[in-house]
Amino acid sequence: MSETNQSQPKRRFDIWRTKGDASSGGEGAFERYETEVGEGMVVLDCVHRIQAEQANDLAVRWNCKAGKCGSCSAEINGMPRLLCMTRMDSFSPDEIISIEPMRTFPTVRDLVADVRWNYQVKEKIRPFEPIAPQAADGTHRMMHEDVERIQEFRKCIECFLCQDVCHVLRDHQKFDEFDGPRFFQFTAGLEMHPLDAADRIPDLKHRAGIGYCNITKCCTNVCPENIRITDNAIIPMKERVADRFYDPLMRLLRFVFQRPSANR
Amino acid sequence: MNQPLLTPPVAPSQVRAFLQTRRTDLWWLSPLIVFLALVAFIVYSTWAAFEAQYFFTVGTVGPDGAIPIDKLGVQRLLAPFCSPVLFDPVGVQSGFAWFGEVPASWPSFIPYSPALLILAFPAGFRFTCYYYRGSYYKAFWADPISCAVGEPSLRGKNYRGEQKLPLILQNIHRYFLYVALFYVFLFLWEGIVAMTHYRDTNGTVGFGVSVGTLVLNLNTLLLAAYTLGCHSLRHLVGGGRNQLRRNRIAYARYRLVTWLNERHMFFAWVSLVWVAFADLYVRLCAMGIWTDWRIL
Amino acid sequence: MSVYDLFQIYEHDVLVIGAGGAGLRAAIEASNRGARVGVVCKSLLGKAHTVMAEGGMAAAMGTVDDRDNWEVHFADTMRGGQYVNNPVMAELHAKESPERVRELEAWGAVFDRTRDGRILQRNFGGHRYPRLAHVGDRTGLELIRTLQDHGVHCGMQVYMEMTVVSLLKSGERVVGAVGYDRERGRFHLWKAGAVVLATGGVGKSYRITSNSWEGTGDGHSLAYHAGAELRDMEFVQFHPTGMVWPPSVRGILVTEGVRGEGGILLNSEGRRFMFDDIPENYRQQVAATPEEGWRYVCGDRDALRPPELLTRDHVARCINREIKAGRGSPHGGVYLDIAWIRENMANAPGHIRKKLPSMYHQFKELAGVDITAERMEVGPTTHYMMGGVAVDGETQSSTVPGLYAAGEVAAGLHGANRLGGNSLSDLLVFGKRAGEYAAAFATEHGHKEPDAAQLEDIVRDIERPFARASGENAFSLHHELQDVMQDRVGIVRTQGEMEEAVAKIAELKQRYADVAVAGHREFNSGWHTALDLHCMLTVSEAIALSALARQESRGAHFREDCPEKTAEGATYNLVVRKGDDGAMQIRREPVLEMREALREIIERNR
Repeated sequence: MSETNQSQPKRRFDIWRTKGDASSGGEGAFERYETEVGEGMVVLDCVHRIQAEQANDLAVRWNCKAGKCGSCSAEINGMPRLLCMTRMDSFSPDEIISIEPMRTFPTVRDLVADVRWNYQVKEKIRPFEPIAPQAADGTHRMMHEDVERIQEFRKCIECFLCQDVCHVLRDHQKFDEFDGPRFFQFTAGLEMHPLDAADRIPDLKHRAGIGYCNITKCCTNVCPENIRITDNAIIPMKERVADRFYDPLMRLLRFVFQRPSANR
Repeated sequence: MNQPLLTPPVAPSQVRAFLQTRRTDLWWLSPLIVFLALVAFIVYSTWAAFEAQYFFTVGTVGPDGAIPIDKLGVQRLLAPFCSPVLFDPVGVQSGFAWFGEVPASWPSFIPYSPALLILAFPAGFRFTCYYYRGSYYKAFWADPISCAVGEPSLRGKNYRGEQKLPLILQNIHRYFLYVALFYVFLFLWEGIVAMTHYRDTNGTVGFGVSVGTLVLNLNTLLLAAYTLGCHSLRHLVGGGRNQLRRNRIAYARYRLVTWLNERHMFFAWVSLVWVAFADLYVRLCAMGIWTDWRIL
Repeated sequence: MSVYDLFQIYEHDVLVIGAGGAGLRAAIEASNRGARVGVVCKSLLGKAHTVMAEGGMAAAMGTVDDRDNWEVHFADTMRGGQYVNNPVMAELHAKESPERVRELEAWGAVFDRTRDGRILQRNFGGHRYPRLAHVGDRTGLELIRTLQDHGVHCGMQVYMEMTVVSLLKSGERVVGAVGYDRERGRFHLWKAGAVVLATGGVGKSYRITSNSWEGTGDGHSLAYHAGAELRDMEFVQFHPTGMVWPPSVRGILVTEGVRGEGGILLNSEGRRFMFDDIPENYRQQVAATPEEGWRYVCGDRDALRPPELLTRDHVARCINREIKAGRGSPHGGVYLDIAWIRENMANAPGHIRKKLPSMYHQFKELAGVDITAERMEVGPTTHYMMGGVAVDGETQSSTVPGLYAAGEVAAGLHGANRLGGNSLSDLLVFGKRAGEYAAAFATEHGHKEPDAAQLEDIVRDIERPFARASGENAFSLHHELQDVMQDRVGIVRTQGEMEEAVAKIAELKQRYADVAVAGHREFNSGWHTALDLHCMLTVSEAIALSALARQESRGAHFREDCPEKTAEGATYNLVVRKGDDGAMQIRREPVLEMREALREIIERNR
């Protein structure tokens, strides 16, 4: 095919390389690489080309290459992005493109970050608890309009870019008190689920520390699935927390009408 | 799940110094614009809050006779920052006051203006608004100044966010919303009154539309668009519930508020600029610097 | 020093290899039955290739068309598989998948809904009625996330980013596995009462594939070298629509859902070529005119399906023919057009974005194409392996005691060609069964120490690439293998080409013994490729040998030199196993006899 025959322009990259083995704690430095970039290439292609041609031991985590699995999260020119969804033609030709691992998490090696903390957080969240089937045939009923809201959250590919960019984790290191945008959004998906019977509002306030979020919307900005994390998940959850804990009027109403707080 | 730890969670991520980033885009531009715009607004509203003379045009003559009744007649306009006028300042009969002149018990060392009594409510609504919170946290105390840019190190692990005092008080937002909703109706009402109280050159009062009424009514519209897009309202009209579709009206309501909520930032800025402009417009008319042209 | 000291050792009742849909479902089932379960996966949890499944999962729930029931689904599956399927599996699958789908819903999955709030089902190729429960076009993600979120609370232990390189045996029985972790390259040993393989496919043996780097046929190879039988290895599904441009995304899947929502295939002359060639056994089921096809898409129960929704093997060959005949698109594909529905629909762009959000996203971001306004360029891509570990239909146990297989790595359900949507329900139905029976086996037979002698061999094999300073490059061998499989054992096959392929694979195996890898064991992709290559060579040999041995065309296996189906071809399956001399042996085995009642069902639904 024609595109492979033409000589391709060279582009420059600064890629984070860790020094020594994995026990060195992710210390390292940027190294400069140059490689040819063809039409339609994304940053991950360039990393692979550099890996094949110049740095066989360059570690990078990837999988589907189509923005569906959320493995190749990294920081490109300082912004958290998916390597496979960042097209080379989005940069100017003479720009030096810096690539480094997600900085909020410990670095395992080169571009690979240790994201296990996220899996541990998820386990702490109370799982889905279905109500009994309502229909006569023993199956559940949900209106499509009601589930569209949570389907948005379920688009999440767990790339953890939102966790990476969130300053509560990144700058303030609140790993023990704060779940992070991914898991507020996950919790919102459960809380808003029409068939769910569990109550996670006290958890959101106390254990998950939703109050630490100061809604600066960086999570929404970096989401590769364009999920409106702040507006559609975190703020509605903050409002539900306010209903329960910060609003005397609501407390009074709840007291008078004895409205069940779980699935409404 | 008990993930076996292959390596102990090694080196904590490197927290960056203030302003440190590898971002190459104009990340500082948007916080800078927000900062300048809000500062400009605060400066203007501070002046407006203490300006107690030229806040209305009604055809009556002001204390120094400055309000001209030229041959074009005059529209009954009230500067939005002063609305509602609970008490007129001493010696002013605006015709807008709900309870007459300011009581003598008003402490003399505070210069009285109608705005002082009520400006806290719309200001509070905007101050506690989810959109503004996010932007002024960035622009005014760099928390963070922009995404993936290092923060001032003094906060560090002592960061309190909105989890603790004082910012936990932001949860009061919904109460400001209730007042803001009242304001929308009030402004709507005032708009109608203004249009039906046009004072002609021959002294008759009737229907009339001037540039000023358009400015004020557009202000009402924008404030409504901003207020009805409020996150707290969205929660109130249905967001707090998990099954909405079954109730048609509730669902339609929720859809409308959601539509506006998606444009909350847009209306936040447009309504902010316009309310200041509308306020200034009325005051300029009141001062006689500008003439409020009649259209209909 | 004992050889055991090289390993970190774990003990489980059931070890599941692979954490895609089948693996997680098996792990959940085994855990729920009281087994201590370990799950090993090559990627992070929740990243398995199941996330790429887009269209939906087939289950005859009849929520959209109440004429649907398990019998029709069974007949569709058998017809699609050209009657070399395992009828027991096809029956169980058709009967149990609705329950599995509803169970998924009870675990929190959020499917698209009908107007009255039930699970919505969509049309798909080869399914007579709308049958695919779906979530837009990201059903696989929904499935894996639901299983993952449910599973982590069931008590299973997950070993992420580790690759299993060999099963361990004690006598005839499989009693564990060994592997390495990507991060540090250390060795791990799992002792287990039973092992479930759920490793997915083999697509990485081909140059153009929708599979991710993980699809290297590990489970096929592990089972084969442990003495289990593989069957139906000649049946490799080429999905008709993969992306062809830009080059770096070549092969990435374009869901059949695009055609299910009304997408049409056009050649460079603008001709809708699918109408030109409709196979005999589907003639009764295909629309006569484009207009009728559109009515079918819109849900008209009396209309017949458009020819774009014929089975994948057929559509892939038609596309291949157009490209070969010079009527392809500039980058070597054909056009897939969904934007044309503007002519029939007021809010077409909005509809497309709503129904096919991730396709819209994928083309917009990766190819710069707006599918609501422009045509896509698509071409066939290696997608799915119908063949795999020969298993018992009910228990999913392989021919080796203690070894189970479920999902893509197992063979039987799909016969010669898989219907779209049948694989996600396959994962659930047989994942559950594998977990259930593996747990029972482990309980009954307990643990057994692996024979120590094999460990030293395994360690030597794993470390061999580091042993020499220079030698063959694993990446180049891999590319050569991909080329030969793509060009010689691809969509259209001939005797001569396949013989060349067999010879080439033999040569590659020779050269593989000389592979050398530089550096250390941490995140060394050269080393990983070298170890994966061993699996791919095994699988490729099995594919090529089986394809040579089936001298007819059936389903996904199409031979230019014998393009017709033979009556005899429907009577046997090809089975591959490792001979005592270490060479691959192939033999015919009669197709499993069908119950009379099932035969009648097929007749009724013909």
